[in-house]
Amino acid sequence: MLGVVARRLLMGIPLMAVISLVVFVLSSLAGGSTGQAILGPTASPESIAELNAQLGADRPVLVQYGDWLRNALSGDLGTSVTTGFPVSETISSRLAVTLSLSVGALLLVIVLGVASGAVAAIRGGATGRLAEVLAVLGRGLPSFWLALIAVLVFGVNLAWVPVSGYVPIGESASGWVQSLIVPVAVLGVAETALVAVVTRAEMLSAMRSDYVRSLRSNGYPWKRIVFKHIAKNAAGPVLTMVSLVFVGLLGGTILMEQIFGMPGLGTLMVSATTKHDLPVIQGLAVFYTAMVVVVFLMTDIATGYLNPKVRAR
Amino acid sequence: MSAVIEGPSTDEEFRRAAERGAGFFSRLLRQPLVVVCALVLMIVVVGCLLAPWVSPYAPLEQDLLNIYAKPSADHLLGTDQLGRDILSRMLHGGRVTLAGIAQAVAVCTAIGLCLGMAAGTLGGWVELVAMRLCDLLLAVPGLVMLLVVLGIYGNNETAAMITLGVIMSPTLARVVYSATIAVREEPYVAGARVAGLTSLQIMRRHILSGVAGPALTQISIVAAVACLVEAGIGYLGLGVTPPAPSWGNMVTDAQQAMPLDAWMLVPTGGIIAIVTLSLTLIGNGVRDAYMGRSSGSTKSFSWRALAARVSQPLTPARPGETPPGREAVLSVNRMTVSLPRGKGEIPIVDTVSFDVKPGEAVAIVGESGCGKSMTISGVLRVLPMGAHVQAASITFKGVELTSLSERQMNSYRGTGIGFISQEPISSLNPAFTVGHQLEEAVRLHRGLSKHEARQIAHELMTRVRLPDPEVVAKKYPHELSGGMAQRIAIARALAGEPELLIADEPTTALDVSVQCEILDLLRDLREQSGMALILVTHDWGVVAETCDRALVMYAGQIVERADVRTIITRPTHPYTRALLHSSSVGAAPRQLLPVIAGAVPPPGSWPLGCRFASRCGLVEDACRSGFIPMVSLGEGAGARCIRTAQDGLVKA
Repeated sequence: MLGVVARRLLMGIPLMAVISLVVFVLSSLAGGSTGQAILGPTASPESIAELNAQLGADRPVLVQYGDWLRNALSGDLGTSVTTGFPVSETISSRLAVTLSLSVGALLLVIVLGVASGAVAAIRGGATGRLAEVLAVLGRGLPSFWLALIAVLVFGVNLAWVPVSGYVPIGESASGWVQSLIVPVAVLGVAETALVAVVTRAEMLSAMRSDYVRSLRSNGYPWKRIVFKHIAKNAAGPVLTMVSLVFVGLLGGTILMEQIFGMPGLGTLMVSATTKHDLPVIQGLAVFYTAMVVVVFLMTDIATGYLNPKVRAR
Repeated sequence: MSAVIEGPSTDEEFRRAAERGAGFFSRLLRQPLVVVCALVLMIVVVGCLLAPWVSPYAPLEQDLLNIYAKPSADHLLGTDQLGRDILSRMLHGGRVTLAGIAQAVAVCTAIGLCLGMAAGTLGGWVELVAMRLCDLLLAVPGLVMLLVVLGIYGNNETAAMITLGVIMSPTLARVVYSATIAVREEPYVAGARVAGLTSLQIMRRHILSGVAGPALTQISIVAAVACLVEAGIGYLGLGVTPPAPSWGNMVTDAQQAMPLDAWMLVPTGGIIAIVTLSLTLIGNGVRDAYMGRSSGSTKSFSWRALAARVSQPLTPARPGETPPGREAVLSVNRMTVSLPRGKGEIPIVDTVSFDVKPGEAVAIVGESGCGKSMTISGVLRVLPMGAHVQAASITFKGVELTSLSERQMNSYRGTGIGFISQEPISSLNPAFTVGHQLEEAVRLHRGLSKHEARQIAHELMTRVRLPDPEVVAKKYPHELSGGMAQRIAIARALAGEPELLIADEPTTALDVSVQCEILDLLRDLREQSGMALILVTHDWGVVAETCDRALVMYAGQIVERADVRTIITRPTHPYTRALLHSSSVGAAPRQLLPVIAGAVPPPGSWPLGCRFASRCGLVEDACRSGFIPMVSLGEGAGARCIRTAQDGLVKA
């Protein structure tokens, strides 16, 4: 078990290093310099060069990367070139929004997805078909479009929920919930159907397995077979799917935050992208990757608990 | 060297692979949804490509007197807030989206195919590095990386779509990799390797065709995702700069107009939805086509479908089909087991009747594919999904099982009738310790406390002669040897103190020395408890050693029944004799064992007359002319052979 954790950590750290290096190299290949980003397109080449020299942005890319890495390891991700605030501070002040969105959607996905997948596997008929259709629709319909329709229906026409904005939980718990309902639902609906389809498929394949045949032949009640024996075996692959879903949800938060005007990491990413704010882009890329690595690590631990073969490795 | 690949089995494989390839497109085109989606996609693609010529207005042409127009003959999809024709903008904007999709798909396909096929064919360090690389890429949040690229390269969409192609390639590489491995293991590819073809030739000739189906499915998913991502980028204002149209920024326009005119949302988002949905559905269609199933057939799969349908047979009893014996512990009368295939069902077991007396050991013998296992599964009513059992009657200790509900039936499984299966390790749940599973069975059947159950489980493990029960109990199935796992499975079957034990090839998967131990154990257990035994096997040695009576099955029918001594010394049916000839029982030492030429006809293609006719040396015209009845030979013995009817015994 410790080996599994150690291996995942050993893979996660180089991954973050590689991602940050790629971002660095890409930005040096792109041409545009930090000085130019700060001073804008009208600045003279001389003043840009001067500022670059001052910031150390004229040194070889690997040297700059080394500097950045050393600082990053001590928690300093640099300073935004547009706002002047430290990147790590900006990220931590906006983290709650993105976490509320993505974790909320993840919970929805797990609870609804697994439940409906299980119902489809047990009862068959319409539920399974519905999950499949929803999964296809969810993959096919653009989430930002769905979000706009949801805003139109629930925000404007029915006026059940606020159209945009984010209320911190510290300010008002009910306001926080209200501001999250629609974005979380839109974010999670497609992935919920996907998890339902995977849950159903895993449970069905377990139902065809030799051990279930033996359990049935030995007179085990169906509830015990399904909710104990099949559940523990199907949970592993479903969990792996869920962890992949989380990666997708993180990307989805970018669009949702933009649509619903929420001050999270996604809006930060979009504005940094339009303003060419490299330190912020860099910091966010590494931070997002770190979140994924942590989720994968937790998945591995859970899979190890569920599957003794993994644990033994 | 090339001589090695000759032989009927390889030919067969080649033929089957060719058939699979040939049927693929016809199966694909037989799905109406796929055809409709393909047509829609074609119309969209052609329309966008010809946009400068076919679109009714220029994409930037404004008509400020006619803003927010609803669909009309002039503006088929209406106009936006600047009076621009939405259809025209859509056709022009689509060019960007479609180009983006093409770029992403091209990059993804190139990388994914190369990586996956190289890893799958070459193996070794290439495999290791490629798969590690894929693991690494999978952990990259896609949209974030896209924004990074867009941020650095200043709204360069080509760069973004190429990045998307790279990010999505590991999934395709994995799909191709596993498909390659599957194809690699197929005999015809192994044959090609032995025949001296190089890896590159093998890849081109054999693997590419086998990989095409799964890869196409994944590629259509990539295309759908690329479409959504391209539109998403446009929506965020990061791609094409307005006022030039793109599908994404048209949604942004619609969003701004939303309070005044919600209509604009419909065509702008709709076109994206139509294209992605079509791509996804085509992908599903491709998957269904290469998996050889028609779409929608998965509906009947569920736990509920595991409960077999039970009904009375439609045909009246034919002569020779024995009525139920009074004193039997189990009596099966005219049972037919059918499994669903396509829209109908085909019989796997055909009108089988037999009795098992208390304490008796009955063997069911035959080649694989003759319906032996399905016969006992039919009795237990533990069958694959959608199965159908027809039987005049199945009684256990006088209780009519066919009239019991699934729940009532369950109370006989385990307690009245115990079951052990062929693969000891996979018959145990891999996720729980064997001790836990055994205790669970004990508690379930005897309703004991945890502590008592542990004690009984311990006793059971001692009874099945497991060394160190304490140690073994803490182990998981995969940590046990086959013999130990089978002892656990036997102990579990004994937990309910059954009066009849059904063993489905209990020793087939085991080493020869372990086989003997397990058979000894079964015999001793039977002597101690006096339970009856049904033993499914294809090993005459096992039959001779363990059983009192034998039923020989061929192609779903019982073709001969007799007590074991008679059947081994004086077999009546030609199939029984051929089976005995091909086994070592009674053979002189070091004599080469003959095999029976030909194969068992599969269910669904059973001939009208004698099903063994095509492989029988004594075949005559009458064998093929009609139903062959079971001919009684007295004392419960009988044979299903036309020659038995003619002269009592078939002459050798």
